[in-house]
Amino acid sequence: MINDQLTTRPGTTRPKEIALKYSYYPGCTSSTTGVEYGLSTEAVCEALGIELVELEDWNCCGASSAHALNHELAVALPGRNVAQAQAAGLDMAIPCPACYQHCLAADKRFQEDEAWRAEMEELLSFEYTGQARPRALLEIIGCDLDSEEIAARVKKPLEGLKPVSYYGCVLVRPPELTGWDDPEHPVIMDRLLKAMDAEPVAWSYIVDCCGASLSLNRSDVVVLLVNKLVQAAEEAGANCIVTACGMCQINLDTRQKGHHMPIFYFTELLGLALDLPGTDNWFKRHAVDPRPLLRSLGLT
Amino acid sequence: MKVQNPKVRAQTSNFQLLTLRPFGRAQGRLRSGQASNFALEVRRRSGENVFRCYYCQKCTVGCPTAYVMDYQPAQVLKMIQLGMREPLLKSSAPWLCVGCEACGTRCPNGIRLAPVMDTLKYMALEAGYAPPEAKAYALHRSFLNNIKLFGRVHEATMLVEYKLRSRDLFSDLDLGALLLLKGKIPLLPERVKALDQVKELYRRAGQ
Repeated sequence: MINDQLTTRPGTTRPKEIALKYSYYPGCTSSTTGVEYGLSTEAVCEALGIELVELEDWNCCGASSAHALNHELAVALPGRNVAQAQAAGLDMAIPCPACYQHCLAADKRFQEDEAWRAEMEELLSFEYTGQARPRALLEIIGCDLDSEEIAARVKKPLEGLKPVSYYGCVLVRPPELTGWDDPEHPVIMDRLLKAMDAEPVAWSYIVDCCGASLSLNRSDVVVLLVNKLVQAAEEAGANCIVTACGMCQINLDTRQKGHHMPIFYFTELLGLALDLPGTDNWFKRHAVDPRPLLRSLGLT
Repeated sequence: MKVQNPKVRAQTSNFQLLTLRPFGRAQGRLRSGQASNFALEVRRRSGENVFRCYYCQKCTVGCPTAYVMDYQPAQVLKMIQLGMREPLLKSSAPWLCVGCEACGTRCPNGIRLAPVMDTLKYMALEAGYAPPEAKAYALHRSFLNNIKLFGRVHEATMLVEYKLRSRDLFSDLDLGALLLLKGKIPLLPERVKALDQVKELYRRAGQ
């Protein structure tokens, strides 16, 4: 089940000679509904010495809609981004799980379908080298950096913060594509949170789906799923939920009813722990304001 | 005592009576060991071997949206095996699948249902069935049109098209206002420079 091409996996560390430089594919949410994810990603990567070079003229990956209506478009749209990344020869850093999964699927097809690869190479005038692996930002920060490296840089330990790690669906699935440590019990986020001195709480909904794109057309379903998740986090004794996905964050943040559970991006908490300027500009954009919780813990 | 012809008994086992009869006339009966053309087509287009399902229902149990589907994920697989084309192409299940891949990750026979559900959507559209979840179709269509226009998604215009297509003008207006206020819905779109490339990808995909 594990993708052998991954040189860095949980439990292994990056060889020191490899520079922390990546092609950055922000995706559409990073400047819109997940703007605080984009802002915190860029700030945190800079502070951690991770160089992000934004992918030239990237396009939308097609999200859920391309694969719902047209199989060819569902690989061709992310395929163009994978194509744009080839020349630089750097791994792609992708914050959004859906972009990540779709780029992985396109990359796989480039490797396996020679006719399609030749057609795309001709149309987009590039050469597929296979040297730009699509990788999730969480995996890059959680695996390419030592957790001790991160712990050493923490200026404001997040003591008293009891988050549950919430990966959602497509960040870890399907496992034959993503090759994560464990598709049912991933541990990367917990390890990061512990490095920041937070106390991650165990719960059973770590990889359950929030309802994703049904948010607009069947909000009844998303409201039910989201409230189940928030309720479960409360019962587990958590005081916040941590995600790595723009869709999860906005669904959990805006569709919870009768709860007041702050939903953080993991990059926001990293920014807070590293005591970066501008965190307030991220937190004020949440529907459930997390600042009262942070104030009560003496973190802002 | 009347001795029953073993051939007759084999054709009308309890299992077949339960599963085949209501659709027998429309779909034609399958003999044991015979696969329907429909099932073969789904297998070919989705790349998933739907015949491996032995109905453990693990997919249904883990599915976040099974409770709103008319046929639940395991039933969908069984119905594909049985060649029940029409009820499946009219089914809401493929349109309510969010592609979270929980079923495929947990299936003991390694069947990913997400590509199977997508295949059913493509086949339903090709065959001209109106999607039973009209608003899901309206959303996906508006989203794809928006990418064709700008290369990236511009929420404001995408939502306007979705609202018009779904004729659902007034839901979630408070949410939209909140997101605008929080600076999360930019008014101006970001455009891809090489938009002709994106449009060519659309043309080649027949969109």
